[in-house]
Amino acid sequence: MNEQELREVLVGALTEVAPEIDAASIDPQAVLTEQLDIDSMDFLNFVVAVHEEAGVEIPERDYPKLATLDGAVAYLVNAQAQIDSERP
Amino acid sequence: MPSLGADMEFGTVLQWLVKPGDAVKRGDIVAVVDTSKAEIDVEIFEDGVIDELLVTEGTRVPVGTVVATLRAAAGKPPSAPGEPSSSPAPPLALQPAPAAAPRLTQAAVRAAPPHRLRASPVARRAAEQLGVDLDTVTGSGLDGAITKADVERAAARPPGAASPSPSLPPAPARSAPPSAAVAPPDDRQAAMRQAIGALMARSKREIPHYYLDSQIDMSASLDWLREENLRRSVTTRLLPSVLLLRAVAVAVAATPAFNGFWLDGAFRPADQVHLGVAISLRGGGLIAPALHDADRLTLDELMAGLRDLVQRARTGRLRSSEMSDPTITVTNLGEQGVDLVHGVIYPPQVALIGFGAIRERPWARDGMIGARPIVRASLAADHRASDGHAGGRLLALIDRHLQNPEAR
Repeated sequence: MNEQELREVLVGALTEVAPEIDAASIDPQAVLTEQLDIDSMDFLNFVVAVHEEAGVEIPERDYPKLATLDGAVAYLVNAQAQIDSERP
Repeated sequence: MPSLGADMEFGTVLQWLVKPGDAVKRGDIVAVVDTSKAEIDVEIFEDGVIDELLVTEGTRVPVGTVVATLRAAAGKPPSAPGEPSSSPAPPLALQPAPAAAPRLTQAAVRAAPPHRLRASPVARRAAEQLGVDLDTVTGSGLDGAITKADVERAAARPPGAASPSPSLPPAPARSAPPSAAVAPPDDRQAAMRQAIGALMARSKREIPHYYLDSQIDMSASLDWLREENLRRSVTTRLLPSVLLLRAVAVAVAATPAFNGFWLDGAFRPADQVHLGVAISLRGGGLIAPALHDADRLTLDELMAGLRDLVQRARTGRLRSSEMSDPTITVTNLGEQGVDLVHGVIYPPQVALIGFGAIRERPWARDGMIGARPIVRASLAADHRASDGHAGGRLLALIDRHLQNPEAR
């Protein structure tokens, strides 16, 4: 997936846990839990959805890297590159 | 119409999922009912055959109204699902209730005798004639009782007029039966606030609350959780709040004075722990459905149950048994950075346990000061049912379980 597709995956996962949000209004640099008023259960469901859509395993210690939309995109781009480089 | 939560006065039958002649088993979902808070799947409380549906879809009726009759399969006389007086269980079946006790019946029994809405018979008749929802009327009589004049004022209020309470049935038609379609979102919000307000006012008015709190070292629990989650895929990971819920459920099972209901001037302990979990709804308001038999669930089962409950509370539907029978409630406000919760008990329950945020704090232990993750657990309890000594024991038990997160 390219960066744009990963961003769409992330936004899709966010609208799943917070159906009423307007995807276009998400500030890519603001902390997601604060701007979207999502709690730890919502965040976990968000991570699960991203994991299932993007096929990236996200360990708990990396959760802080997904705090903002831009941060999460960068994280997934990086994680994918790592998966690709490990491929024979 | 069963009581789907202590704050419910009316319900709208949105949909019947059965028709006369259908055979039903206990636990089958027979109807969808809209309370002011949510759409609830209503389960039938005993086996039988649907005899007659007495309330049409879209009709709003008070709690306790007979909405359908049920013919017993074995040729017993018909009984009415929503009718407390014909319920097969004796009114005080709450405490010794065997596992098979019908939950809906309990709810109906609980809801029936003290009708909390204070209104004179004249006012009630007027409200029915004018199609006014008594829920939306502010009483000006003694102790806030609703008078006929209040009802007439409410009926005269133009729909949409600025008023402290929502007028649920829009443009009431004369002599029409009290009915209303599902209220639009703004009205729902207002109705929910009003339902919460009415119940909490009753709690503060009737329940002599006392409050205790203690600080709990979460190191052992969080260390265990970190190790455990390392081994797990993201789909099966546990949240710290599940450890808190489990500790409460196990502690409450050992301190029965906090688990049950205050009814008709006496405490009736429950013999199962149905843990009410306060869930905030997106857009405001909250709902506190039950995790059944929470003390017997493993951490994984609790996590799955909590996730399912949160998801259905926020986006889907809850079941009637979840709404009507929590025996104690837990609220966790740590997400917002709250340190200490001063809880308000949900009548007719007798206790509420609150958790604040888990924060790193200086903590002395074995003569040494170190930084440890600390949570403040608080108890709001009904002094009619228990006292501070027992409350302290409950908090100490919660602490002890959190020091041994693996222990069953």
